[in-house]
Amino acid sequence: MIGPIYVMWLRQIKRYTRSKSRMIGSFAQPILFLLAFGFGFGPIYQKAGGGDYIQFLAPGIIAMSTLFTAMFTGIEVIWDRRFGFLKETLVAPVPRIQIMIGRTLGGATVAFAHGILVAIIAMFVGFKITNPMNIPLALLFLFLIALLFTALGTAVASKLEDMQAFPLIMNFLIMPIFFLSGALFPLNGLPKAIEIFTKINPLTYGVNGLRATLTGGVQTGLMMNLGVMIVVTIVIGLIGSYMFSKIEI
Amino acid sequence: MPRKNLNKELAIKVENLSKKFGDFTAVDNISFQVKQGEMFAFLGPNGAGKTTTIKMLTTLLNQTKGLMRVYGHDPQTDKNLVRNNFGIVFQDQSLDDELTAYENMEFHAVLYHVEKEERKKRIESLLKFVSLWDRKNDLVKTFSGGMRRRLEIARGLIHRPKILFLDEPTIGLDPQTRIHMWEYIKKLNKEENMTVFFTTHYMEEAEKYADRLAIIDSGKIITQGFVNEIIKSTKTNSLEEAFLKLTGKSIRDESAKSIDRMRMGRKV
Repeated sequence: MIGPIYVMWLRQIKRYTRSKSRMIGSFAQPILFLLAFGFGFGPIYQKAGGGDYIQFLAPGIIAMSTLFTAMFTGIEVIWDRRFGFLKETLVAPVPRIQIMIGRTLGGATVAFAHGILVAIIAMFVGFKITNPMNIPLALLFLFLIALLFTALGTAVASKLEDMQAFPLIMNFLIMPIFFLSGALFPLNGLPKAIEIFTKINPLTYGVNGLRATLTGGVQTGLMMNLGVMIVVTIVIGLIGSYMFSKIEI
Repeated sequence: MPRKNLNKELAIKVENLSKKFGDFTAVDNISFQVKQGEMFAFLGPNGAGKTTTIKMLTTLLNQTKGLMRVYGHDPQTDKNLVRNNFGIVFQDQSLDDELTAYENMEFHAVLYHVEKEERKKRIESLLKFVSLWDRKNDLVKTFSGGMRRRLEIARGLIHRPKILFLDEPTIGLDPQTRIHMWEYIKKLNKEENMTVFFTTHYMEEAEKYADRLAIIDSGKIITQGFVNEIIKSTKTNSLEEAFLKLTGKSIRDESAKSIDRMRMGRKV
């Protein structure tokens, strides 16, 4: 059982580390966001009494890059379908749940590592981790974000046959999840409809958890954030496994 | 051709099998049986329903109606039991471009539970067999069409399933490689009593290597039986002539592709 899960995991890692352009591209974006938003909104945020904007923004950007990488690796199922490799894994004498677990863990590992590297980059821009004791908990939040959204990407991709739907996923799923998670701005005093979306958006809880553990902000509700992330990850994981097991080619 | 002493056990049983995509009937009420240890050719013009049938037998597609059994298991409900029994070389590409030739072989061997020592031995001998051993550490995306095809075949032969599906395995290969490959498959069939279910457009391959065959056209099986029986019953001299007599001379659309397009259109 370990063998198939391991090779599917390894495959995701190898594919990622071999694609240099993809790696460079995926680091350019968080750096751009950190610099443009960090320095652009920093003065206004400070004037409004929010404090150091980089401290607020960095956990959001770490969550963002993990979200994007996770979703993209999950959505790779569509590429595998197009280029035929999916068939090869789907006819193997291995329960599809194992294929799904291997792929998802592989994608999540890539996204998780990506988030850590972005955190290190953020430190060069002035981000400070205030309480190093909390780092293990922060890593747990980061891994849950990686896992949840890889599974979500896989679930969505299991229903799609080609990349034409990609802009839809980008604009109706990934971007709203990112923008309305509190990654960029505090979620206070929002209109009711948007507030509801931020409440059902699982990334909100991930961002809250990361921010609380890394910058020692509001600690209340930390366990609630963790609980929500764990439950949603399990649910999405189960849905993803089911959808993946039902793929027809 | 001498008839082999075939085991009574059935490798494949198909009864009144149909598959529809929307209004299009790709496979129309077909029935056939393949015995354990047999080399069975499934022939037909483009878009006749060969690949769709193989997809249903190999658990990739659910049938619209009808009964299928692969070694007594139902591909629609007992997918894992069926998957334990077969290997397949697909008609179209199914390699991972971003992995090396060796990694493609190795990952496949792990997925098919081939033990480590055995794995190394078989990968080496098969990669040498298809003359790709020198290129084992190159990414598949640098390979030509023929090299990919050879790698696909080598990969399909790493494990020793009870039944091997080959969907136009020799497409795009030169005659040397084709003969080489068929002799190897024939050997596996004889020595390991492996059942082989294959499709091909090269009639001489079917004539030479198949024990029995079925010809499918527009989703329906129009004839099946022993090769020489079919040649005799059509009063022709070769399988190619018999095939053309039975299926006509008009050129078919690649409707398999338009079905794909149709299916894509339906699902988002």
